[in-house]
Amino acid sequence: MAKIRGKSSTIWRGGVGWTSALVMFFPIFWMLLASFKTEIDAVTTPPLLFFTPTFENFAAVNQRADYFAYAWNSLAESLGATLLGLAIAVPAAYAAAFFPTKRTKDLLLWMLSTKMLPAVGVLVPMYLLFRDTGLLDTRTGLIIVFTLSNLPIVVWMLYSFFKEVPYEILEAGRMDGARAGAQIRLLLIPLTLPGIASTALLSVILCWNEAFWSLNLTAAKAGPLTAFIASFSSPEGLFWAKLSAASTLAIAPILVFGWLTQRQLVRGLTFGAVK
Amino acid sequence: MRQALSGTAVVIAAVCSVLGTARAETLTIATVNNSDMIIMQKLAPRWEAATGNKLNWVVLEENVLRQRVTTDIATKGGQFDILTIGAYETPIWGKAGWLDAVDNLGADYDYADIFEPVKNGLSADSKLFAVPFYAESSFTLYRKDLFEKAGLTMPEQPTYDQIKEFADKLTDRSKEQYGICLRGKPGWGENMAFLGTLVNTFGGRWFDMKWEPQLTSEPWKKAIAFYIDLMKNDGPPGATSNGFNENQAAFATGHCAMWIDATSGAGRIFDPKQSQVYDKTGFAKAPIEVTPNGAGWAWSWALAIPASSKKEAAAKSFLKWATSKDYVKLVGETQGWVAVPPGTRKSTYDNPDYQKAAPFAGMVLKAILSADPAHPTKDPVPYTGVQFVAIPEFAALGTTVGQDIAAALSGKQTVDAALKSAQDDATQTMQQAGYIK
Repeated sequence: MAKIRGKSSTIWRGGVGWTSALVMFFPIFWMLLASFKTEIDAVTTPPLLFFTPTFENFAAVNQRADYFAYAWNSLAESLGATLLGLAIAVPAAYAAAFFPTKRTKDLLLWMLSTKMLPAVGVLVPMYLLFRDTGLLDTRTGLIIVFTLSNLPIVVWMLYSFFKEVPYEILEAGRMDGARAGAQIRLLLIPLTLPGIASTALLSVILCWNEAFWSLNLTAAKAGPLTAFIASFSSPEGLFWAKLSAASTLAIAPILVFGWLTQRQLVRGLTFGAVK
Repeated sequence: MRQALSGTAVVIAAVCSVLGTARAETLTIATVNNSDMIIMQKLAPRWEAATGNKLNWVVLEENVLRQRVTTDIATKGGQFDILTIGAYETPIWGKAGWLDAVDNLGADYDYADIFEPVKNGLSADSKLFAVPFYAESSFTLYRKDLFEKAGLTMPEQPTYDQIKEFADKLTDRSKEQYGICLRGKPGWGENMAFLGTLVNTFGGRWFDMKWEPQLTSEPWKKAIAFYIDLMKNDGPPGATSNGFNENQAAFATGHCAMWIDATSGAGRIFDPKQSQVYDKTGFAKAPIEVTPNGAGWAWSWALAIPASSKKEAAAKSFLKWATSKDYVKLVGETQGWVAVPPGTRKSTYDNPDYQKAAPFAGMVLKAILSADPAHPTKDPVPYTGVQFVAIPEFAALGTTVGQDIAAALSGKQTVDAALKSAQDDATQTMQQAGYIK
């Protein structure tokens, strides 16, 4: 009896899992399909599932915009912001996890609360700062903004991973003469590497998908792939097929990257959860 | 000796200044992703080759572009040298000193060839602040085959009562065929563009001469009630999410018998690649009711130079090239005459090649020439603009009113309640902005 119940619950759980996965994947599948349709096929109702595929949208997209320049900006900005973010967040999370004071929790909560501020609220001051420091439409400028906007999440994730490490291990290291830098480098980082890796992956994904600052602080030079996608939307004229082709090109690298690293990502995100 | 030195200095300065003006510049141009602009981007390398200058393109969706460019211009960020700008912002930004005047592009630039109403829409304080790239009005597109089958005839200028009569007869929900497709998506440039013209021709206006909002007046009530009744009986389901594109798609795939919208839709409906009804579509003027004033809208996309640009000379040279008669000719010869930017120049409409390629040209021309932003309503008004009011407060107000009316269209509130709420919003906006006490 128990066995039957176990089996049916596995099927049920599998069913729920597959259904939610398919629901989540459907928009991506539909976008992929639309990218191979002609503009008129893409808007036909009822929607077409079978049609003669065409590559004309990809050709049009490539003719009008330099995909590789945008992709390079996305890559440089996501990786740059992630590395800079980790360089700041690792020492911060180390201090918060192992040397907490009365205010540490408040400080962490305050950091997180900055994520609740609508970005547009600080658009004009940020724009003026960027204008005066010559950072408008530069990769450096976007790296700084991405770093700062993801820092609360990165610090929080690292903090929760570091908390899992017994303090005694670091103490033993200190007894052997390791100073803070050596403790982080030789003990903490190797012990929490899966957690750090998944934090880095998440940060890369968040940077890659960021659209508000990418659109507002760039013009012709530093725009990443989100700006590339935005250039194919139009209030006048059919554009779904071309927009889908541009979106497919823009999400392809991060999708492949996500698939390749999903084991690492899941391992990192559940790191310590089974203790 | 001193004289010789100063003479040399003058020569050096002169040489430098000549070199300076001839120096190749890299310009950043912000534009929208509309088909006419895509063609401009495609042809621009010819201007680059001729002048040695280089263009960097920033292409964005209209609303994103508007926000992006406003931020840059208001903070004097100086990121752009050339802007694509609409007829709503041009006079406001020009007055605010954000744009360079462009009425001095040289003796060889034919200003007289540009249609007067289009020029008026882009001027403030008798100065031209942007040169028109293409212009449009609104008119009625209809399916000739369906009209013929039902034994109906579309007059050259129908009344809205006739439109309702036709729509009732041509709606067949079992075939997903709707008598009429109109904009329902809320926004000052979306549903309010159409509703602005509807209210105008029903005899209404946004404000009286003292800037008092008139949104609960009888013409507004009649016009909005007419619109909602028409859409409920003969419009497609879910109309509150339909803007220009959605209606274009619905019309192009044979779901609408009539569609009242931008004249620029004509070229797209006539293109077999974009439309299944390209050979079955007829055109008529925008419908009227009690007055012809403001029945069809006036809009143009134009090119302007922000005052913060430091490369004004090169920017002017591009403006001159992209809005010239020669450019129209170039597009006609390389992309086909049906693709030339419409609505700005008399010479385009005099051209036999264009007349042959664009059978809708005559109707579009009449629509554009009769849409006068200076006299948009039956009763006098203190503002200009047909489907908008050319004041900075209008974009937000128009969108709020658009949301109120969309709520009435979806059945969430009555027409009276929607207009009462719209009137309250308008009164508050005008009080805060200091137009009324």
